[in-house]
Amino acid sequence: MSEPRRSVTDRLAAAAPAVGRVGVLVVLVAVYAVLVMAALGRSIFQIVDHFGKAPVAITISAGSAVVYIVAMVALIIHRGVWYRVAWVTVCVEFAGVLIVGFITTLSPDALGTGSGNAFGDTSTVWTVFGQGYWFVPAVLPLAGMWWLRRHPVRAVAR
Amino acid sequence: MIHWLLDVELATALAAGLLCLIAGFLGRTPNDLVMGAIALVALELIVQVVVAIVAPLAGNPPSGSLLEYWMYLVGALLLPLIGMGWALIDRSRWSVVVLGAIGLAVAVMLYRMGIIWFVQGA
Repeated sequence: MSEPRRSVTDRLAAAAPAVGRVGVLVVLVAVYAVLVMAALGRSIFQIVDHFGKAPVAITISAGSAVVYIVAMVALIIHRGVWYRVAWVTVCVEFAGVLIVGFITTLSPDALGTGSGNAFGDTSTVWTVFGQGYWFVPAVLPLAGMWWLRRHPVRAVAR
Repeated sequence: MIHWLLDVELATALAAGLLCLIAGFLGRTPNDLVMGAIALVALELIVQVVVAIVAPLAGNPPSGSLLEYWMYLVGALLLPLIGMGWALIDRSRWSVVVLGAIGLAVAVMLYRMGIIWFVQGA
């Protein structure tokens, strides 16, 4: 009457706390987390290393990090006022990637020398519509809007 | 830095990422295969940490910014560890999709780390 052999993953998971099913939201939040890390890491490095090179672009870079952090937290909570916060930040994010995308594409030096180069050291995650990040920053807010539309706050509150 | 080692790590991360994405979308929940694949990615990144500490001391400095390089490396190592921890807590197929996204993100970061070490400023 020996127990069936359990996988390593099963045995480790038995020791971990369990959460309710969160489904596809976790994928969205995970991609947000990666972009938070990217935008935050990038802007901290830029500020520490060469802020004077393009203050405007680097400030936008830091601002985008804040927007991504708030959007991620709001999506995780997504109840009450946070549902509205999620909508606002996701819209700001979309506006940001469009506006900064257009400026950096049409006028590469408008935000500081070389700031139109998505792979340069004065770029933001939004430069040329997120070219340096496989355009994920342009698609992610749309995915966020899609999720928020599919999960209105009333249905969540129940 | 060791060029072929970086290439091996990049290929592993890419393959593990695609494997997890496919497994996740096929509805597999976290199992030893997908966890093992991502654990391998994490292990190789730990090797990379050791290499990145030793290389400059052994007269093999990066052509670009060492600080930027380390920010990528630390971030890349955290991703699979956090993802695996999450996969133990939320044992749904979406955790496997997350592991897939992490594998691809690590692959891109390794590519960027290669650029910083070998190309940037050279």
